[in-house]
Amino acid sequence: MKQSGSVQQTSRHARLGLSDERVVEMYRMMQLARKYDERGQLLKLAGKVNFHISGITQEPSQVAMAFAMDTTTDWFLPYYRDYGFVLSVGMTVKDLMLALFAKEEDPNSAGRQMPGHFGSKRLRIVTGSSPVTTQVPHATGIALAAKMRGEKSVSIVSFGDGSSNQGDFHEGCNFAGVHKLPVIFVCQNNQYAISVPLSKQTRGNIYERAIGYGFPGIRVDGNDPLEVYRVVKEARERAIAGEGPTLVEIISYRVTGHSTTDNDLDYRTKEEVEPFKQNDPIDGFRNYLVEAGLWSDEQETKLLAEFRAIIDEATQYAERAPFQPAEDSERYVFADSSEVKS
Amino acid sequence: MAVIEYIEAIRLAMKEEMERDGSVFVLGEDVGKKGGVFGTTKGLYQQFGEERAIDTPLAESAIAGVAIGAAMVGMRPVAEMQYSDFMFPATNQIISEAAKIRYRSNNDWDCPIVIRAPIGGGIFGGLYHSQCPESVFFGTPGLKIVAPATAYDAKGLLKAAIRDPDPVLFFENKKCYRLISDEVPDEDYIVPIGKANVMREGSDITVIGYSMPLHFAMQAAEELARDEGVEAHILDLRTIQPLDREAILEAAAKTGKVLIIHEDNKTGGVGAEVAAMIAEELLYDLDAPIRRLCGPDIPAMAINPPGEKHFLLNKEKVKSAMLELARY
Repeated sequence: MKQSGSVQQTSRHARLGLSDERVVEMYRMMQLARKYDERGQLLKLAGKVNFHISGITQEPSQVAMAFAMDTTTDWFLPYYRDYGFVLSVGMTVKDLMLALFAKEEDPNSAGRQMPGHFGSKRLRIVTGSSPVTTQVPHATGIALAAKMRGEKSVSIVSFGDGSSNQGDFHEGCNFAGVHKLPVIFVCQNNQYAISVPLSKQTRGNIYERAIGYGFPGIRVDGNDPLEVYRVVKEARERAIAGEGPTLVEIISYRVTGHSTTDNDLDYRTKEEVEPFKQNDPIDGFRNYLVEAGLWSDEQETKLLAEFRAIIDEATQYAERAPFQPAEDSERYVFADSSEVKS
Repeated sequence: MAVIEYIEAIRLAMKEEMERDGSVFVLGEDVGKKGGVFGTTKGLYQQFGEERAIDTPLAESAIAGVAIGAAMVGMRPVAEMQYSDFMFPATNQIISEAAKIRYRSNNDWDCPIVIRAPIGGGIFGGLYHSQCPESVFFGTPGLKIVAPATAYDAKGLLKAAIRDPDPVLFFENKKCYRLISDEVPDEDYIVPIGKANVMREGSDITVIGYSMPLHFAMQAAEELARDEGVEAHILDLRTIQPLDREAILEAAAKTGKVLIIHEDNKTGGVGAEVAAMIAEELLYDLDAPIRRLCGPDIPAMAINPPGEKHFLLNKEKVKSAMLELARY
């Protein structure tokens, strides 16, 4: 090996075009999503909130996919476990807490929707609902609008493995394939649709369905966020270049119940879940940073204290914040007449 | 002012709105090159290109869902469902999504889409090319639903629907397409959504309805005036959601005898709500029980001529119901 100057070993993230600061920021977002999520579970257990739904172990890949996008031009269509995703594109813990407590100041829905139903036009996060997969054709429609207007914009939509069986998955993918639209379909395959395991959801491989739509399908290990970043970034580059959609299947494992109302031991064993809990991808990513000389135990301690304070403050704030007055629940069925475009 | 066909009024409304506003586009099965199976979008592909007159894959949920996505980021899509009988796969997108996007986001997002769908029978379309699905969507807050009976209203309501900031279902009657022609101004106009229209002034009985059956009532009214001296007051709802409560009560109060007509089946139909509205506010002003003349409560009309005729309203059926009410 003959190179002039000193031989410097380039790190994996640098080869992907991620600066040291960015990769540390990714870690911060993963850990923030985790700590928020854990607090959500506690608040439900304590009876302070009515419902919580978790994305634990899926955060690293959610953060990675968000970091591969452009928050000033792209459109984001998350699904209900996507705390890592929405935090990475600008939502705050306070916003999430306000939604968890269903308070008026919640930017997602003013406390109308269940938590995990994200939406913020300012942050380009498209409002979502509970019937799964309806957001997939929306992402296609948003990409269609971008193509019609000649905008360099990509929509990215996520959904679960269960969702991949819905007609809207097929219809949205197929339409996008025909028109070569700038959209990235991300299946966060966490192996379970509530209690039904993947083996009872589909016989084939989800990512391979892309072949039928005429665009690339890629399977990626969700415990390797840098690889997720690479795959999504390349999908985005293809989309911007007019080469059409990509289906990305991120493999993870849901270590929590479906939601706080689900007892997962009704349909699986502790023994099945435990290895996945032990193999926490956040630990894996922290180890990567430590080995790269970008993170230390001291920084970790400081970070956890910082997040604890942020989450405590957000919890207090949200708990005390007012609900939307009942009479306002009749507002916004339609536009106020003053908004009518003539 | 020119006399044009109902279908031409719909086509012109889309053409003119696409000329006026670059964000307006049409999408659906066969709406592009072919110009629609009925010819409703004829010429749009040639004038505006395949990007604004989009032939979609045969998948109704995507037609609605893609339109919703585009609308949320500022486009003004007009989605066509080839027959209203085939729009049910899109029902989740329409009811769970389009109708609730503004509400669930506390006014942060909106969904200005129009979904056009031909309704009604009389073309030997059998069970699945003849239905009136209004009652499936009626009663879903967040949706506006219009169903014009004339060319004038078809053009004016479609323009209003395209400019409306909320989702509008535009139910056009396929029997009206070529059968109904009337005067339509050359200049731009809209018919406001939510406003009913008095089609005929009268003092003996009130007929309230929408879409094709109103033409039977109009013909019957002329004969009843001539032969029986019965003067019918006829109200075209035009918009079936939100209903024009004021106009309904005024029309009912005018004669005290109300007949409600529509082709959709009777149980759970729009007529039930109109009747309830009148009963809630005007019961003691009525001189006769409220009557409804609607399609029978069978799944849909048969293709065989006696079956189709049995299902559909016609001038004779409407006339006899009107006369019976007048004589009450």
